[in-house]
Amino acid sequence: MGLPPYATTPQRIWYYSFRVICALIFIFLITPIIVVMPLSFNAENFFTFTPEMLRLDPDGYSLKHYQDFFTNNEWQRSLKNSLIIAPFATLISVSLGTLAAIGLSQSHVPFKGTIMAILISPMIVPLIISATGMFFFYSTLGNWLETTLGLDKNFVGYVKVILAHSVLGIPFVIITVTATLVGFDRSLTRAAANMGANPVTTFFRVQMPLILPGVISGGLFAFITSFDEVVVVLFVGSAGQKTLPWQMFTGLREQISPTILAVATLLVGISIILLTVVELLRRRSERLRGIVES
Amino acid sequence: MANTSTDAAFVEFERVQKSYDGVNLVVKDLNLSMPRGEFLTMLGPSGSGKTTCLMMLAGFETATHGDIRLGGTSINNIPPHKRGIGMVFQNYALFPHMTVAENLAFPLEVRKIGKSEREEKIHRALGMVQMNDFAGRRPTQLSGGQQQRIALARALVFEPELVLMDEPLGALDKQLRETLQFEITKLAHDLGITVVYVTHDQTEALTMSDRVAVFENGRIQQLAPPDQLYEKPENSFVAQFIGENNTLMGEVKEITNGTAVVQLDGGDLIDAVPVNVSKVGERTRVSIRPERVEMNKERLMPGAKTLKAEVLEFIYMGDIFRTRLRVAGSDDFVIKTRNAPDQVRLTPGTQIEIGWLPEDCRALDA
Repeated sequence: MGLPPYATTPQRIWYYSFRVICALIFIFLITPIIVVMPLSFNAENFFTFTPEMLRLDPDGYSLKHYQDFFTNNEWQRSLKNSLIIAPFATLISVSLGTLAAIGLSQSHVPFKGTIMAILISPMIVPLIISATGMFFFYSTLGNWLETTLGLDKNFVGYVKVILAHSVLGIPFVIITVTATLVGFDRSLTRAAANMGANPVTTFFRVQMPLILPGVISGGLFAFITSFDEVVVVLFVGSAGQKTLPWQMFTGLREQISPTILAVATLLVGISIILLTVVELLRRRSERLRGIVES
Repeated sequence: MANTSTDAAFVEFERVQKSYDGVNLVVKDLNLSMPRGEFLTMLGPSGSGKTTCLMMLAGFETATHGDIRLGGTSINNIPPHKRGIGMVFQNYALFPHMTVAENLAFPLEVRKIGKSEREEKIHRALGMVQMNDFAGRRPTQLSGGQQQRIALARALVFEPELVLMDEPLGALDKQLRETLQFEITKLAHDLGITVVYVTHDQTEALTMSDRVAVFENGRIQQLAPPDQLYEKPENSFVAQFIGENNTLMGEVKEITNGTAVVQLDGGDLIDAVPVNVSKVGERTRVSIRPERVEMNKERLMPGAKTLKAEVLEFIYMGDIFRTRLRVAGSDDFVIKTRNAPDQVRLTPGTQIEIGWLPEDCRALDA
């Protein structure tokens, strides 16, 4: 798609400047991520490129920060916390979000817009405000769980963070599932009912397989939200629930160590793998639904 | 229209009303009774209430008032999945994530039918629609006609006694539609199932049905076998809706012995059968089918009244000629003649005289 021969001078200028702007946006988005990666292999405990690194001298590079991450107790505990909290939060977000999206897609629900707005609000309200509210709400809830039900303090801590993160993940699931439901043919559920399937069978055998792409991508967003989240966990969690982003945040402030860069690189890698896997799953499921890629 | 409960009645609507908003009735006081094995078509323009009736029978809509009975028992309080009625949807509603065989297995699986019996039933159902070679395909790999055959097989595979069809051929081209019309009718009669078929295509209704219920404005206007519906419409809506029809406005002058003399607005007098006119002086809409208009005076009864007509347009349609005439002030009077070797081809401007047998001319409500 080149320039047509009749293009005027302003059109030519715009043609090239448009490309330059696009390239700039791309650079600004990607550089901070790219630059972290070589730095994480730094042999020194610095955040800068050493002369050895610039000379591409193998002595300037090492895996010692990665080693630090995998051996250091603090880092390992925070990784474990993140791996406990994120999947559970995702599970809750996906279940509740999918049900909410299906409910809201029915035509007879009153105040649909209002309900939707409330459910989506955690995504719109500034996080610090949600976090403050959650701090008070979940500390009361936590006290009640500990004193009335006599639950373990550490366990209650996890419950609080998981619930808080679920709330943050629900809007993503609602949005993606609602989007897939728009293209969902309601006569399919009617056909299933007509053939003798009760509503539960109809949901799991007909509706769920068809909206699965939306559920999966919503779940991925919810997972990443929880895995990346630092503000709410700082407010709601206690030291026992220190997650990976929290550890990175404190690491950055207290003990500037390139281990953070190693963790960041690992996280970028995990994100890329997750996105690829989900995209492949989504394509497969779309193929099953009979949607042909154009 | 029988509204009494008899042993022969398999599907019954008794005084059924339906309103979506609590103000306007979409279906008004519907009474309908179908014997087992009947192929009944609900025909009507969109918004006439025919689809709502079908949905109430399937259980997807609830009747605001009245009783719907299936085999003598009221089904008002039975959810759709327990009614055991087969249904073919307009957009096929095949499950896209399942193969053809899996689609057909679905109603059998939810009925907990064993694997070997299931496979046998699927094989038989696919055989009925000549689709056995396609069992492993997905619906999107099939053409519209093939998809509709599968939808039909899926509605029949669990052997329901009653099958509902909601404009199943609406999305197909003419030729395919005609083939499938024939196949559906044949299957329904061979299997002895009762069918309620909804369509807005009158040709479909006439060719397929044992009886046709013409819906308009939430009411059945006429319920009759196809030939009666076409030849003896009971009111002007049915006369206009079914087939092509010539209408002339006039006033009843005389009613004697089942024959009415109508003075057309142009002043001419004609003979007609009084259908829903009862007294002299009443306004009436006279209806004559285009193929029943006679140009050859010798074929008319002696003393039959004739009208002067001027040929406006002659259209050659292959098997028939369609001639548009100006008659008694109407420019839209059409006659159809068969393309026979001795048939004259009228040229525009010719003055002719036309007439008809009085029983072919029906004086209806204005």
